[in-house]
Amino acid sequence: MTLSRFDLFSPERLDEAVALLKEKGKDTFVMAGGTDLLIKRRHQVIHPRTIVSLKKISGLNRISFRSGKGLTIGATALLGDVARHRTVLRIYPAIAKAAGNTANVQIRNMGTVVGNLCNASPAADNAPALLAMNAALNIVGPQGKRVLPLEDFFLGPGFTALQPAEIVTSVFVPMPLSGSGATYLHLSARGRIDCSAASTGVALTLKGPRIDKLRIFIGACGPTPLRMPKTEKILINQKLTKTLAVRAGLQASKESKPISDVRANEDYRSKMVAVLVRRAILEANKLARDNK
Amino acid sequence: MKRELNITINGQPYNLFVSTHRTLLEVIRDDLDLTGTKVGCEMGECGACTVIMDGRTVNSCLVLAHEAEGCEVQTIEDLTEDGKLHPIQESFVEHGAIQCGFCTSGMIMSTKGLLEKNPNPGEDEIRSEMRGNLCRCTGYVKIVEAIEAVRDGGDK
Ligand SMILES: Cc1cc2nc3c(=O)[nH]c(=O)nc-3n(C[C@H](O)[C@H](O)[C@H](O)COP(=O)(O)OP(=O)(O)OC[C@H]3O[C@@H](n4cnc5c(N)ncnc54)[C@H](O)[C@@H]3O)c2cc1C
Ligand code: FES
Ligand code: FES
Repeated sequence: MTLSRFDLFSPERLDEAVALLKEKGKDTFVMAGGTDLLIKRRHQVIHPRTIVSLKKISGLNRISFRSGKGLTIGATALLGDVARHRTVLRIYPAIAKAAGNTANVQIRNMGTVVGNLCNASPAADNAPALLAMNAALNIVGPQGKRVLPLEDFFLGPGFTALQPAEIVTSVFVPMPLSGSGATYLHLSARGRIDCSAASTGVALTLKGPRIDKLRIFIGACGPTPLRMPKTEKILINQKLTKTLAVRAGLQASKESKPISDVRANEDYRSKMVAVLVRRAILEANKLARDNK
Repeated sequence: MKRELNITINGQPYNLFVSTHRTLLEVIRDDLDLTGTKVGCEMGECGACTVIMDGRTVNSCLVLAHEAEGCEVQTIEDLTEDGKLHPIQESFVEHGAIQCGFCTSGMIMSTKGLLEKNPNPGEDEIRSEMRGNLCRCTGYVKIVEAIEAVRDGGDK
């Protein structure tokens, strides 16, 4: 079977892009870097008739930081640019790490952080750290603008809370409080050329020696990235010890819902969740102590 | 649907008329007959199709031709000067970093991208930066050696 032929539009304004999406309707897709979209077309998972590229919309590739507020990563900001951005490296190292560990150089020169989220793969490398750090999406659509917590965005593999003709314009990450730390850790079965087989993002804030606020997410172990409330409960208001971190890791392993697929089997994933979560908590706790 | 496409390839401006669903790789090879850029997986995995677009290495199999409108693209054909191989090419030949040669154009373009970003990469950085280029023949050791030799040779 031949691949779908499509028309390509590269509007220069956001409202034009929304209007095009609305007008063209069925089999119309937004494209940022295309590193997921064009692969899905090649696998014939989708049959685009129209593609609306966001690349020519000015300002959409901006990465900006406002002290006291937070970080905004525009929809067409490249993974490679986020990974190398000075402020991101300094204030949001977990986010820089996640972007820098996604795919390879060429893909990071084409693909975007926001595209990684919108593709809604359960294994998306950029999701866990952003979720842990309480990120939100800025969305524009036919009904105007709205803001959605990233936590409410993922509905299932490839499914998001986006309505027809809606576009994510940026992801916003609040400024981390003093005394807080965040980490991203991941593993893939075939070295690092592959998507993650298990991953975790942890963000915590200390009050004195105790964990005051905590968010733990794991990736690639369920239909969407998953929050680990029972694991968080073990740790909240506690002073972290190695023993406690081990217990929390084991709880996360119970709480996750891994499946077996080409990247790893269920058993391996469960075991690795325990290891990753344990390490990530210890690391985030150390960063938080250093960040007082 | 066909549309006009203005693109600069290896320093030469082209005014083309190209279907919107075609990739940069297809245009480079099939329309411009620049067959040094190879077609491997067409899935972004192997790096055989690597070219440099506005200073960044990309997989031309995943770039729609029209997304390169107004861009400067460099392919392997641009590296030789007056019939003389580029130092990266020389080094690959000298170190036996080429067997069947299918991955070589992509490897060399990625090496160029890497050394332009960081002229002095360590072995770890070379290995991690070259991860997007797969080779079925050499086992990579010779390729890393070839890149280290270019690095140590000073100019690139
Ligand atoms: C060889 C290879 C290796 C890879 N390795 C990894 C990896 O290690 N980890 C990983 O997580 N991913 C990996 N990926 C997947 C992919 O590269 C990333 O998910 C990338 O971040 C996608 O970004 P993009 O800009 O290319 O998205 P696109 O392909 O442009 O878009 C992805 C999806 O999101 C939608 N979309 C994009 N932007 C918006 C927007 N602003 N608003 C609404 N919808 C939007 C599109 O319609 C599409 O459905 C890999 C891909 C390849 C080809
Ligand atoms: S042919 Fe483009 S990456 Fe393999
Ligand atoms: S030399 Fe044959 S694939 Fe690399």
